[in-house]
Amino acid sequence: MADKPKRITDIGAPHFSKFLPPVIKKNYGKWKYHEQINKGTMKHVSETGDELYTVRMASPRLVSTDYIREVCDIAEKFSGGHLRFTTRNNIEFFPDKAQVDPLQAELKKRGHLVGGIGYGISNVVHTQGWIHCHTPATDASGVVKAVMDELHEYFTTKSLPARVRIALACCLNMCGAVHCSDIAILGIHRKPPKVNEATIANQCEIPTTIASCPTGAISPNPALKSVKIKEERCMYCGNCYTMCPSLPIANATGDGISIYVGGKVSNARGPARMSKLAIPFLPNNPPRWPEVVQAVKHLVEVYAKNAHKHERVGEWIERIGWERFFTLTGIPFTHMHIDDFTFARETFRMTPTFKWE
Amino acid sequence: MSKDSKTPMLDDLEKGVWPSFVKEIKKAAVKSNTAQDLLNILERSYRDKVTHWKHGGIVGVLGYGGGVIGRYCDLPEEYPGVAHFHTVRINQPAGFYYTASALRELMDIWDKYGSGLTNFHGSTGDLVLLGTQTDKLEAIFAEITAKGWDLGGSGSCLRTPSCCAGMSRCEFACIDSMEICDTLTHKFQDELHRPAFPYKFKIKVSGCANDCTAAVARADLSIIGTWRDSIQMDQAEVKNYSTKMNIQTEIVDMCPTKCMSFDNGTLKINNKDCNRCMHCINQMPKALRPGKEKGATIMLGGKAPIVTGALMSWVILPFMKLEPPFDNLEALIRKLWEWWDDHGKNRERIGELVDRLGMRSMLESTGLPPVPQMVKAPRSNPYVFWSADDVK
Repeated sequence: MADKPKRITDIGAPHFSKFLPPVIKKNYGKWKYHEQINKGTMKHVSETGDELYTVRMASPRLVSTDYIREVCDIAEKFSGGHLRFTTRNNIEFFPDKAQVDPLQAELKKRGHLVGGIGYGISNVVHTQGWIHCHTPATDASGVVKAVMDELHEYFTTKSLPARVRIALACCLNMCGAVHCSDIAILGIHRKPPKVNEATIANQCEIPTTIASCPTGAISPNPALKSVKIKEERCMYCGNCYTMCPSLPIANATGDGISIYVGGKVSNARGPARMSKLAIPFLPNNPPRWPEVVQAVKHLVEVYAKNAHKHERVGEWIERIGWERFFTLTGIPFTHMHIDDFTFARETFRMTPTFKWE
Repeated sequence: MSKDSKTPMLDDLEKGVWPSFVKEIKKAAVKSNTAQDLLNILERSYRDKVTHWKHGGIVGVLGYGGGVIGRYCDLPEEYPGVAHFHTVRINQPAGFYYTASALRELMDIWDKYGSGLTNFHGSTGDLVLLGTQTDKLEAIFAEITAKGWDLGGSGSCLRTPSCCAGMSRCEFACIDSMEICDTLTHKFQDELHRPAFPYKFKIKVSGCANDCTAAVARADLSIIGTWRDSIQMDQAEVKNYSTKMNIQTEIVDMCPTKCMSFDNGTLKINNKDCNRCMHCINQMPKALRPGKEKGATIMLGGKAPIVTGALMSWVILPFMKLEPPFDNLEALIRKLWEWWDDHGKNRERIGELVDRLGMRSMLESTGLPPVPQMVKAPRSNPYVFWSADDVK
């Protein structure tokens, strides 16, 4: 028997210096300023006088190996074989100045969308949904595709008062951590889990299952080596299902989408903040989720019409007040909008000063 | 492969201007039954409005406790191509830079063993290879490590750290976010590959308060670049900007601390009052730059809602100088982990533990002094813990 090759482990990611374009290596830490040339191009200038051009395009995030080979072809032709991905699933190339226009023309010819820089809508951060996840309350890629088919002009050409970051998470686990986005599309369950008595005794550890519930809705059912669910106490977080596969919570009529608005992570002008509930529920209506698409589009348009320059969605709403936000958008205010979990009290208005509409 | 391969709902998502993931699955399906059955079972989910993926199983490679997400469909007879559909997380290079040749090597390996589908990238930052079978995992691992790559984190471990483009391309970067990210990744290989924590732990590094990695929202430990001294200013460039924008309304009036004034074409900043929010620098990068005494604010506790509610990270150390090899940062992180290991319950994130035990327990155990920068305001409630030592 031939000797097995030595097993390599714990080497971590390759050092990034292997992948940097020469102009970046040379000017690492020396960048002086940048300018946005258009929605798909920016120029960075170094203290050495060197210039770096970046051209950005959207990717669908879920891509085939052939797609990656295609962007490699483009990188080799225009960008010295170098490319970069952004935290929002865009792809960036680094052409020489003379190659910026030919690269953009080539990308457009191949059907790619160039843009995503500056005040508008960049690519959407999202989760796996029905593609790969066991706990989703909606799909992810399909909803994003439907929404961005409607809003793509804000990526390529149209401007907004400031950046609008849209993110989607297909359940409350929020692998996409959407809770600080200008517009967060969040999959929710609305029916309590059903106990599968046939499997629970073998599949689940009862004490950890009980402990997993943040509202104390689960209690032991020793006769059946199972648990009981106090359904009126359940807030449908799905954490019990993560701990115990015999408590399925997904349900075709219960599941759907909620929309939260006004969050951001940047500290510019004011601190990062969480998104807040605008629309408690919209149905799952594949393949194009028309109710969700219309709702997001409406929110973007009302914001675009009313916000001041540089004002993010949340800053705009704080200036006008939430009561005015509901008036301007026409979104009905319901019981669901008033928090009744851990941090509820700090959201109540403790002053008689407010606007009537 | 499923006999039923009509996918009218997904076909509709091939139309439209935005790039289509359905086209991508179809490209992969030309070569892979797994990708074809992914399409078929996804169409089924679109009809049924529920997922068809079962609760995960534990699969992985020898000696690692994470890096592979086990996934099985609940209809294996109907969709045998996705009976197993495991995900392999590959630790991305800091800053998400690649060369075409490195990517081609990875794609060739993936076509050999997997569905041909990928995510560039997963939410935490990993390069995700989507859909393979248990018996392929060792071979994939051997081939990717031979090319210099390694798996990322999954489960109750240090998740793959990630960062912004930092000094590679951004003049705002106050710390070398990519070098910090890469260094921590390599210092903590054991914690990354062998889950031994109460729950997951995420680290993200952003070069400035613009926080392009969303560290404040998405990381248990958020490392955010800042400076201590004065904003660097070029008055000639301020003049140039004043011909293109209204500096009074767009900069001075929007400053959250009102520390600026603009008179007779000269911008003045009272740097003692500046809280370094980045707005003026973002708008006038040619004229204004962060100060020279640079470092990071260290924040703790950010996470998504599960279990007791979403949290944003809060300040635990206002300023830390960060120079290679970043031993000071490593020491602080190890102290935080020790405290969390000692007290954390199963599936309790470190932020939730602070909620349960209080900041004092964490601060005393890590040796961080209490400072006003940690709070929006001191407590208004008069219920206070006094230790026996405090009342001597």
